[in-house]
Amino acid sequence: MTKPLDNRAWLLVVPVFAIVAFSAVLPLMTVVNYSVQDTFGNNQFFWNGVGWFKELLDPATDLGGRFFAALWRTLLFSAIILAIQVPLGIVVALSMPREGWTVALCLVLMALPLLIPWNVVGTIWQVFGRGDIGLMGWGLNRLGFDYNYNGGVIAAWFTIVLMDVWHWTSLVALLCYAGLKSIPDAYYQAARIDGASRWAVFTTIQLPKMRRVLLIAVLLRFMDSFMIYTEPFVLTGGGPGNATTFLSIDLVKIALGQFDLGKAAALSIVYNLIILAVCWVFYTVMTHAGADRGVRGDPAAGEAPDHAVPPATTIPLDRRAA
Amino acid sequence: MARITLDKLAHSYKPNPSGPGDYALKEIDHVWRQGGAYALLGPSGCGKTTLLNIISGLVTPTRGRILFDDDDVTGRPTEARNIAQVFQFPVVYDTMTVRENLAFPLKNRGVARDVIRRRVDEIAGLLDLTRSLDRKASNLTADAKQKISLGRGLVRPDVAAILFDEPLTVIDPHLKWQLRSTLKELHRRLDITMIYVTHDQTEALTFADTVVVMHDGAVVQAGTPDQLFDRPAHTFVGHFIGSPGMNVLPCRVDGALATVEGHPVTLAHAYPALDAARVELGIRPEFIRLAPRGAGLPVRVRRIDDIGRARIARVELGACALSAMAPDGVALDGDEASLSLDPSRIHVYADGRLVAPAGAIA
Amino acid sequence: MRGRTLVMILYLTFLMVPIYWLVNMSLKTNQEITTGLTLWPHRITFENYRTIFTDPSWYGGYINSLTYVAINTVISVGLALPAAYAFSRYRFLGDKHLFFWLLSNRMAPPAVFALPFFNLYSAVGLFDTPWAVALAHCLFNVPLAVWILEGFMSGVPREIDETAAIDGYSFPRFFVRIFMPLIASGIGVAAFFCFMFSWVELLLARTLTSVNAKPIAATMTRTVSASGMDWGLLAAAGVLTIVPGALVIWFVRNYIAKGFALGRV
Repeated sequence: MTKPLDNRAWLLVVPVFAIVAFSAVLPLMTVVNYSVQDTFGNNQFFWNGVGWFKELLDPATDLGGRFFAALWRTLLFSAIILAIQVPLGIVVALSMPREGWTVALCLVLMALPLLIPWNVVGTIWQVFGRGDIGLMGWGLNRLGFDYNYNGGVIAAWFTIVLMDVWHWTSLVALLCYAGLKSIPDAYYQAARIDGASRWAVFTTIQLPKMRRVLLIAVLLRFMDSFMIYTEPFVLTGGGPGNATTFLSIDLVKIALGQFDLGKAAALSIVYNLIILAVCWVFYTVMTHAGADRGVRGDPAAGEAPDHAVPPATTIPLDRRAA
Repeated sequence: MARITLDKLAHSYKPNPSGPGDYALKEIDHVWRQGGAYALLGPSGCGKTTLLNIISGLVTPTRGRILFDDDDVTGRPTEARNIAQVFQFPVVYDTMTVRENLAFPLKNRGVARDVIRRRVDEIAGLLDLTRSLDRKASNLTADAKQKISLGRGLVRPDVAAILFDEPLTVIDPHLKWQLRSTLKELHRRLDITMIYVTHDQTEALTFADTVVVMHDGAVVQAGTPDQLFDRPAHTFVGHFIGSPGMNVLPCRVDGALATVEGHPVTLAHAYPALDAARVELGIRPEFIRLAPRGAGLPVRVRRIDDIGRARIARVELGACALSAMAPDGVALDGDEASLSLDPSRIHVYADGRLVAPAGAIA
Repeated sequence: MRGRTLVMILYLTFLMVPIYWLVNMSLKTNQEITTGLTLWPHRITFENYRTIFTDPSWYGGYINSLTYVAINTVISVGLALPAAYAFSRYRFLGDKHLFFWLLSNRMAPPAVFALPFFNLYSAVGLFDTPWAVALAHCLFNVPLAVWILEGFMSGVPREIDETAAIDGYSFPRFFVRIFMPLIASGIGVAAFFCFMFSWVELLLARTLTSVNAKPIAATMTRTVSASGMDWGLLAAAGVLTIVPGALVIWFVRNYIAKGFALGRV
């Protein structure tokens, strides 16, 4: 399993390194630069040190209060999203048909929301939820609910959560489905012979085998819901009031709306650091989750080879860390 | 504990089978004796695994019945039959320890905890797993995992038969032999019917008392390893078992005299007139002697392979290729040689099936 | 069995109803939309679609979007191929850290980059061109492509490289003639995901364009006019943005499960 050490491999990585550095490092340097300066317009900048960061991280200030409110809002949103989408995605994956033309049909229909531009997703739900011309808004009002996503905080959150469930649950479901597909039939047959109940099959075979894809699903869903911008911006614009102003929306408001470059830059850096930290935790957990599998070099001792998917699937993520 | 009877069993994976070509298993009648060690031998795709899955209840046959003793279990699901099965790839429950793995079938059937404990300890001792009982099953080697799969079958006190579906495929060669002797040993001690599916004749012949050979969805012969070697009931068996396999030569038979490629071959018995599209004569290379040009069938030697314990000559008799044992020190005159066949070892086949000599009891 | 089918039908209905509603609206006249709720268009009209296909400021948006998506996909996969090969075959100074750093960019919030990108691409004179958006999307698509391709490449035994070297293939020839065909499905999967993420992203695409390279998704805001919202036109434009994605999914439907099986989206 050990790969040869060869620093000439860097030559192959240089183009990727260059383009990502161009896109990531240069802008980040700008951001860092802004974050320690203040401006009164006219492109005149003054050294401000860590002043913006102090203000940002102090809930008593205007900026800090706004930041923490948006942060908790975003975290709450991510928590709700994970609590709904992960179980629902698993249930949907377990409900996939086993074979036949319906499999392809289900896959295509499920993947459809994933390929709709994000602002169109916002638009679809904006229309769908309106009381006058939208089926859902009209229906809910007819049923006697006082539903208006531009007026009520609950209605706004309900619509955004429902929209995100509509948009992204399929991703979790597809990941889980792929994980389920890679379980050899022999496991199910052995479970039947051992007299296992449906629930026991789920907890002893399916869930453990899905662990890795589930981790990835949780990571992706957490990250993307934590960064959500376009869909709620189109749907509610952050309102009513600030009820659905998530971190991204707030950031864009400060940066492009008020052109408060210093504040926006400081917020960007803190925001990015939070994401980097969470990312690192997941990366470590995932590396360890992979590590207690392929510890031995004996390929037979690991997973049974699966012919439906390329061999790459059985290779744990941890080779780089091993 | 049971005798397993297959009664006119046939299976097709197609919903509406029309011709015999649609059947993965053609009609089979067979009885598996209680306590026997069987090998189900045949090339890939001959229907072995289908047959095994029908016995274990994972597949319901299209036609026919399966009886455990006199009890018809055809429609019963796997969990209601007293069957255990070990698969090609080791199946262990990753999140459980070895102990929990072994206890799993009993726990699912609601057996009391102290009974489970006693039983698991006993089986672990039998399989030499006692020391790793509290380890995670996912961290063990492939052969230990196969032992666990086997243990999950043995742990059930009522188990009637254990089915093995090519269980040594993923085991290292030097451990294969060891695990196979463990199986043999268990069979001696536990009086359980074992059916072992394989396409490897060495595995089959060393494991089983009775080898059942399958070909193209049908059982072509069931017998002891000696019977399969000495009296193959079908040219396929003759060819499949032995290395190299039996020589099969198209011929004409007239009483006790056969004619191959225009040369007369004397037979040990007289045969009745054969009304078949294809008449063949079969003889194993072990019973053919290669000699320098002289009396016997004149052949041309193509090459001689040294396979370690013996030398095999690949020769041609007219248009027929065949193999023969080349004794040490036989001096050949160029590539010309002659063969002498042991008449008592020659069998006659009509359309692939063994023909009994006239007057003999079939 | 029946429970499973029921769950699936309910879920797919949940997914399809909002899309149906959009299609439904796109085939109605604005008068029908605003005068009362109808479950299907009572008088089907293709007028909204005709407007889009005849007005260059509308269909230009599609061309702009498809242009930068195509450029981005080609750049991402093209650059990721050699890098993924390096990661899958060699250890080198800082490889693990580099890999993590690349991946962390996949997770970077576009909102953070919107303003600095605006400055950067204005400075280098690429603002309001498809190139700006294509390059900006490389930020998250290149790491993604590297990640996916690395997974597929690691599944190809290293003996193949060695055999080719013994047979006298030069490295570039080996890579193009032998190695790339072996991971063709991986390249397809990577291209699919690059297409997908470039097509659906809007924040950066909108920030980096103003008139000439405006993406279709941003053009949709034009439907607000003096006489109120042009709902039918908005819906038709929305439906048309779904079409390319649906086509792509249809072509790769047999590979979707495989791509996701990598768990590397």
